[in-house]
Amino acid sequence: MREETAGELETDSLSPMEDGEEKERGIMGLQDDSKCQPGQAALMDSQNSIPETGENGVVVGTEMEEKGMEEGDLKKEMGMEMELEVEAEVKVELCQSGHGLQVSFIRGTDLFGYVGIEAVLDQMRRKTMKAGLEFNIMVVGQSGLGKSTLVNTLFKSKVSRKSCTSNYEEKISKTVKLHSVSHVIEEKGVRMKLTVIDTPGFGDQINNENCWEPIVKHVNEQYEKYLREELHINRKRKIPDSRVHCCIYFLPPTGHRLRQIDVEFMKRLGKIVSIVPVIAKADTLTIEERQEFKERIRQDLAANGIRVYPQKEYDEDPEDSILNDRIRESIPFAVVGTDKEHQVNGHKVLGRKTKWGIIEVENVEHCEFANLRDLLIRSHLQDLKDVTHNIHYETYRVRRLNESNVSFSELGLAPWPLENGTDDRGQSESHL
Amino acid sequence: MDAIMLQEKLVERLLCPRVRTARQKEKQYVGFATLPNQVHRKSVKKGFDFTLMVAGESGMGKSTLVNSLFLTDLYKDRKLLNAEERINQTVEIIKHTVDIEEKGVKLKLTIVDTPGFGDAVNNNECWKPITDYIDQQFEQYFRDESGLNRKNIQDNRVHCCLYFIPPFGHGLRPVDVEFMKALHEKVNIIPLIAKADCLTPNEIKKLKDRIREEIDKFGIKVYQFPECDSDEDEEFKQLDKELKECTPFAVIGSNTVVEARGQRVRGRLYPWGIVEVENQSHCDFVKLRNMLIRSHMHDLKDVTCDVHYENYRAQCIQEMTSKLAQDNRMESPIPILPLSTPDVETEKLIKLKDEELKRMQEMLNKMQQQMHDKEQ
Repeated sequence: MREETAGELETDSLSPMEDGEEKERGIMGLQDDSKCQPGQAALMDSQNSIPETGENGVVVGTEMEEKGMEEGDLKKEMGMEMELEVEAEVKVELCQSGHGLQVSFIRGTDLFGYVGIEAVLDQMRRKTMKAGLEFNIMVVGQSGLGKSTLVNTLFKSKVSRKSCTSNYEEKISKTVKLHSVSHVIEEKGVRMKLTVIDTPGFGDQINNENCWEPIVKHVNEQYEKYLREELHINRKRKIPDSRVHCCIYFLPPTGHRLRQIDVEFMKRLGKIVSIVPVIAKADTLTIEERQEFKERIRQDLAANGIRVYPQKEYDEDPEDSILNDRIRESIPFAVVGTDKEHQVNGHKVLGRKTKWGIIEVENVEHCEFANLRDLLIRSHLQDLKDVTHNIHYETYRVRRLNESNVSFSELGLAPWPLENGTDDRGQSESHL
Repeated sequence: MDAIMLQEKLVERLLCPRVRTARQKEKQYVGFATLPNQVHRKSVKKGFDFTLMVAGESGMGKSTLVNSLFLTDLYKDRKLLNAEERINQTVEIIKHTVDIEEKGVKLKLTIVDTPGFGDAVNNNECWKPITDYIDQQFEQYFRDESGLNRKNIQDNRVHCCLYFIPPFGHGLRPVDVEFMKALHEKVNIIPLIAKADCLTPNEIKKLKDRIREEIDKFGIKVYQFPECDSDEDEEFKQLDKELKECTPFAVIGSNTVVEARGQRVRGRLYPWGIVEVENQSHCDFVKLRNMLIRSHMHDLKDVTCDVHYENYRAQCIQEMTSKLAQDNRMESPIPILPLSTPDVETEKLIKLKDEELKRMQEMLNKMQQQMHDKEQ
């Protein structure tokens, strides 16, 4: 079993669900062949002292581990079953040898005993759970497209500006103001600090020229803040991350094409943040209209060189590519949001009730809300953070530091730290 | 003698049968009660014309609604511009004319479309081409009316403007307010809530209330339905009241025919249900159609002629007279007033002025007479 586990670590060819199933099958199959070695009992015990989440995590799929917190349902389920199989697993592993996948690395059986490498994942997991995670999401779009409602529906709680400010007025503001609201959401022991940045006033005026500038400024300011923290001599262990990880851009369901303001905005922001375009209030488009609209939008995006998330050039390996290609074929997602529940066929569902039917928000035949949620939260949350950190932030950093090398005194930013780091201490401290 | 005989025969044919039997009464019967019928016959022969303007951002369903209203397909070969092509697009005015005939009545329908309205990033004064167009039509009519040969005046004045308000917002947006304020004194504006199938009934009600409030707040004069005469029957009054409370109409249009409840109807097919365009509980399309075509078409034309056009005319003449007074020179050429010869002669000008004044006086008298009749 160990071999197979290790194999999964490397190839990651299966999705998490299939992964676990195969494990199960494997375990079931081999259980009968197990030959018990009493000498291993001690080892087993030490193994079992690791909480069941350890086995759990290992079995289910390492990609999820590395990507951080996901919905714990799947894991818990597997955990229950795995618990019972623990003993069988260990025995099997040590008895067999030479079996397994053809991979070019040291198989567990070749080691003198069990090393426990995969326990690292468990440690990572526990640390992440303790520390919690931060996620910053920005919603951009004209007033009335359902931004606040969608965010509330996504996170199944009242996290948007609409629900938080006491005197929320649905007036159109004259300039684009950015409004951040933070909440801590907890689910199955995992805590997430969610910040929703709203942009009221975008695109609502008669003259919308440069209405994207406050937004660009805000995104860059967050990068700047992080950069300064990073360059501190005595910097914090965990730098507070207020960088925008994801920007959801709401397109009105006109059914025609991208409008000029959409193109301008996405061109500028696609370079500095991960944009996820969605078609808002999609219950006004029939299925064919929706497909045609999406097709035209994709054409317009390609024609204007706009890169939206998931960007093709950041795909790390083939199966990422495959997964992301499937996503790319269906963006922008056509979503409908609501916080009201209705009875349909005996269950309570989130939906919008009209005279001609009930639009179920979580039904994939009605709208693509579930796909969006899975993308943002269940499968690509960590990836969004990684892309922001590794790519967008790094781009910003490089640009900034190059600028500062040219004229650092003007910018007041500490120059790139020298090897010894001593000379500039005074300067950096005075500026930062 | 023959004329009277003819008249009597006409009376017999057109009036109800019971009159025929009362031969004694005929002696006291003059017969001008047939006048409405004569007018009717003449109008039917002549045909009606109606000019409708549709305005609103692209993607609001204007073309679809027009097709649904008049059961035509005016936009068959339309090509949608992509974002690049639209960058340099200004608001255009496109006219489609179609002749429709129904039960012997001919209607020459002109639809004035305004593609490009509200689509740019900077929409400052995007309504200017539209106001210019409307003024141009008024000016042309003014010239024709003041000209010497008035036999075949073509009436291209815009009788009604349907303005499409997006359902996604929380009420009127700045561009909506500015547009309506620029046009409410030139044309009859009927605001509509477009694509109403993305709203639940509660949301529609809230939006309508909100829009009505804002229309009052900003002092926008949208087209008001005329009051019912006091002698109309209760049912009519009830319908009229409902109509008024329903504004702005929340409409849905469709180019496709779907099968619903065993019938083939115009509608939109969704995975969660079928929206029927002509179902009163789904949207106000039927009310709009009835109002626009079946009951108030003539009133719209009247208001255009009597109110908007007269306003324009009065304004025009005022400008001319004030200009004259300013210049204090009678020879100065007046740009607006059409005169066949390029060099203006003062007597001609004065004579023309006199005619205008006389006509205005007649118009005033006629209106007074009408009001007087109505009261009676």
